[in-house]
Amino acid sequence: MMVEGMPLVEIKNLKKYFNVGRGAVLKAVDNVNLQIREGETVGLVGESGCGKTTLGRTIVRLYEPTAGEVLFEGKNVHKLAGQQLKEFNRKAQMIFQDPYASLNPRMTVRDIIGEGIDIHGLYKNKERTERIYELLSLVGLNKEHANRFPHEFSGGQRQRIGIARALAVEPKFIVCDEPISALDVSIQAQVINLLMELQQKLKLTYLFIAHDLSMVKYVSDRIAVMYLGVIVELATSEDLHKKPLHPYTQALLSAIPIPDPETERKKKRILLEGDVPSPINPPKGCRFVTRCRYAKPICTEQQPELKEVEKNHFVACHLY
Amino acid sequence: MEKLLEVKDLEVSFKTYAGEIKAVRGVSFDINKGEIVAIVGESGCGKSVTAQSIMRLIPMPPGIIKKGSIIFEGRDITKLSEREMEHIRGSEMSMVFQDPMTSLNPTMKVGAQIAESLIKHQKMHSKEAWKKAIEMLKMVGIPNAEKRANQYPHEFSGGMRQRAMIAIALACNPKLLIADEPTTALDVTIQAQILDLMRDLQKKLNTAIIIITHNLGVVANLAERVLVMYAGKIIERGNLDDIFYNPRHPYTWGLLMSVPTPDLDKSKKLASIEGTPPDLFAPPVGCPFAPRCEYAMKICYEKYPEEFTVSDGHSVACWLMHPLAPKVKPPVGKGVTLS
Repeated sequence: MMVEGMPLVEIKNLKKYFNVGRGAVLKAVDNVNLQIREGETVGLVGESGCGKTTLGRTIVRLYEPTAGEVLFEGKNVHKLAGQQLKEFNRKAQMIFQDPYASLNPRMTVRDIIGEGIDIHGLYKNKERTERIYELLSLVGLNKEHANRFPHEFSGGQRQRIGIARALAVEPKFIVCDEPISALDVSIQAQVINLLMELQQKLKLTYLFIAHDLSMVKYVSDRIAVMYLGVIVELATSEDLHKKPLHPYTQALLSAIPIPDPETERKKKRILLEGDVPSPINPPKGCRFVTRCRYAKPICTEQQPELKEVEKNHFVACHLY
Repeated sequence: MEKLLEVKDLEVSFKTYAGEIKAVRGVSFDINKGEIVAIVGESGCGKSVTAQSIMRLIPMPPGIIKKGSIIFEGRDITKLSEREMEHIRGSEMSMVFQDPMTSLNPTMKVGAQIAESLIKHQKMHSKEAWKKAIEMLKMVGIPNAEKRANQYPHEFSGGMRQRAMIAIALACNPKLLIADEPTTALDVTIQAQILDLMRDLQKKLNTAIIIITHNLGVVANLAERVLVMYAGKIIERGNLDDIFYNPRHPYTWGLLMSVPTPDLDKSKKLASIEGTPPDLFAPPVGCPFAPRCEYAMKICYEKYPEEFTVSDGHSVACWLMHPLAPKVKPPVGKGVTLS
């Protein structure tokens, strides 16, 4: 399913480097181009250290980019100021991975959710209270929970509070950074169902960051696969699973253990040798060359560009 | 098959300022030599506590083994002294933990950490132990083992540390390896490597493995038998295929349905188990799953169900299996209607 629409977020040649001392530079995000259309969910997958969280954080302005730009509704978000900046901060929200660390332990749930409402002056007094109750019931909690503190809740409930907080300011775009990986399986399904329901109800656009590919496939319209700071493949979630083109995507897909014993017994796994190289001194040429089965001489010399090899299916690999 | 470990009616509690947490409430199971058994369940269901009791790693106090016995090769290890236990731990049975970052000693060379147990348990000389340590590192697939043995854990990546942990655990050729979420902290491609490694080693050394996990994909990949735990009890047990293709407990159904399979349609909602597990300060008298179970009957709240046998080796603690209970068609698996 493709959602055809105007791009809500446009990421152009975005780079985010970190200085790690002694003149070394960590290239967390290196020249990423991506468009997110209104109302769609883009999944962003990759292993730890591939830069997916950095990308998400740079988009919502938690980081300043080293180069390149992020356009939100056509405006460069890192150049916004005054009223326009405030408006962007309202429209773009984030849900964090760790529901234990991302809620202020000294604030009640009422204040956690109400903080954004106050900052943006959306509701006052009685209306504010009602809005908070409405949000609580929207995420499956009830008003008795409003006066409690975060430590009184379980992980799944806390994640719901984090979602209510993000929704409080009526955003258009939410970056979900591994929203379920800290939760138990049965609770994961609850939170995912909630996120998808809310998307339909409130016409939200998501950037869904995760490393659990089967869950990402389930929630996303399109999926971008990242490896060492670059997007190596971008396709609809159907295409990506049916016909992964990049050798890394193929290995990643085959590595996921499927909860079905027969499939597991039959499956031929593509085992990747070794570990992900350090992003401080990434390999020359294609980033994946050190672990690739099909590596050719050109792969060590020239970094492949992300190109459209089939309709709406982009891949950065010299094989195509 | 020969029995290696027999856990009988084990009850473990923790005394806290708020009262007693009944973490494991009467668990019995056997492990045969050389088999791989998975214990699955959500956090707080008692799976790690069960494993730690077998290794006698429960801090006491606050923990106490209230009841039951753990018989390992004919000896009840709940009754052994700490010194006797030290001879077993690390040599006859060993454990791999979830977090390879914190379970290695940061001040010791990796090689020395492997050699340590060889020197202690097998009375090897340090030179000989070092050689064996390098051999172990090679066996778990660490390239440049000679050089790597001389390095410290911080010089290893996450996957390599977990390999080193496995090398330490297997150095003395134990009969039982307990792996508590061994791949949870790792990336999928590294997870696949570690799972393959564990399976290879089990074949090579005929070590029995208890793997504790909440990832059903890992279970399907590795296990031969499965124990499903909920709120301190084993609610279903069976061979791998029994659990995946003919599950009988509504909780097992819920677990299996809440993971998206790759061919799940986006328009369908994920089945989730509403609610949360019970409070183990005051576990319910009846079935602990009853408040979250859509098939719950009156008796479920009053009496804990006995274990009903489905087939050889497959049994389930659920009142739906009672001859007088209404027939329910399992929503998952290739199973037949309950008889």
